[in-house]
Amino acid sequence: MALQHDIDKKMIYAYLSEVKDPEVPVLSIIDLGIVRDIHWNDDELEVSITPTYNGCPAMDMISTNIRVMLATLGFKKVKIKKILSPAWTTEWMSEEGKRKLKEYGIAPPNPKQQVCDQKYFQANEAVQCPRCNSFHTHRISEFGSTACKSLYQCDDCKEPFDYFKCH
Amino acid sequence: MEKTIQNANSKVPPSEGFREAYILHLADSSLILSHRNSEWCGHGPVLEQDIAITNISLDLLGLARNYYQYAAELIGDTDEDKLAYLRTEREFKNLLLVEQPNIDWAQTILRQYLFSQFQFFLQEQLQHNDDKKLAAIAEKSQKETRYHIRWSGEWVIRLGNGTEESHDRMINAINNLWGYTGEMFIPVEYEKEAGIDYALIKNQWEEKINEVFSEATLSTVDSTKKTFMHTGGKTGTHTENLGFILTDLQYLQRTYPGVEW
Repeated sequence: MALQHDIDKKMIYAYLSEVKDPEVPVLSIIDLGIVRDIHWNDDELEVSITPTYNGCPAMDMISTNIRVMLATLGFKKVKIKKILSPAWTTEWMSEEGKRKLKEYGIAPPNPKQQVCDQKYFQANEAVQCPRCNSFHTHRISEFGSTACKSLYQCDDCKEPFDYFKCH
Repeated sequence: MEKTIQNANSKVPPSEGFREAYILHLADSSLILSHRNSEWCGHGPVLEQDIAITNISLDLLGLARNYYQYAAELIGDTDEDKLAYLRTEREFKNLLLVEQPNIDWAQTILRQYLFSQFQFFLQEQLQHNDDKKLAAIAEKSQKETRYHIRWSGEWVIRLGNGTEESHDRMINAINNLWGYTGEMFIPVEYEKEAGIDYALIKNQWEEKINEVFSEATLSTVDSTKKTFMHTGGKTGTHTENLGFILTDLQYLQRTYPGVEW
């Protein structure tokens, strides 16, 4: 048991940054900002994570992958706790994560939160095309292939792309 | 025969307190609307809207799971799956509104809009509830609800203010669904301790509905006019629709108890 406590939290975080989001495999759960806390209850390691979206089907798989990762490090007693408040927003995503997203071909979330605006038929957010960097793009659908993305198309290079929407 | 029926009815769990009942009510409304929307999967008018309605379905399912998990924790000796798959029609406490059939796109999106707008104001109060867990679930859901309102509200306007046919279909949807909206604001026994001001929600809701209806060139709501409203869903007396939904939803667990995949 003493050995477990000797392992620095930082090291566990480093290992958790190897656990990827199964829906967006370039992002780790650390990049996403969904790991809220790590601490010990006696000999049990408790990892608190928060869902990006309530219905995100990746959450169960992420929990399993965390367990597997920690098991290979020798942690037998692991508890995964789901935290809902404060609710996750795209602000929790690291700058590193945003850069990786763009490289992968998904437009990263704009820094300004626009979801709160309830106005109907509002102008589309200016989203930069991850391929040709043009801001000359339009939204095809507010809802995309996963809960966290909406679908855009670039008017210059004509490429359709996913936008990790503000949340 | 009579005795058998009585026995079947007395299966309603006696140990359920007000708080458990209230959380199950919230869970059931979310699950049943999610199921109804999921019936569109593969049948949406265009691919993007098919994806949108099923995304909303997934959000609502996630919300329902949060509530069921919490209810299971309070009730004890049960879990989210048992609560969703093994309770009977009389035990379900969802609003009558959410079990109404899809019929067409107009009715589907109007049902979503009427519910989401209500859910928004309800969650606005719930996120400050004394029950911290309930408050956290409401807070988490609120952002998703905003997307649902905007999407469904835009469709109500688009169809109401669209062609003659889309306008007629919207009116038809209002006629079909309106009588089921009153139930949202009439608290039953188990809701009275939840600390929710339903009169306030009703005012806020009507104001928003009127804004959208008037932009959609649909006649607005006159709240001074008395209209008959159906009730009973919250206490387990449902329209015939719920039985069919549960037959579909619970088929697998009823036929192959405990099956997993």
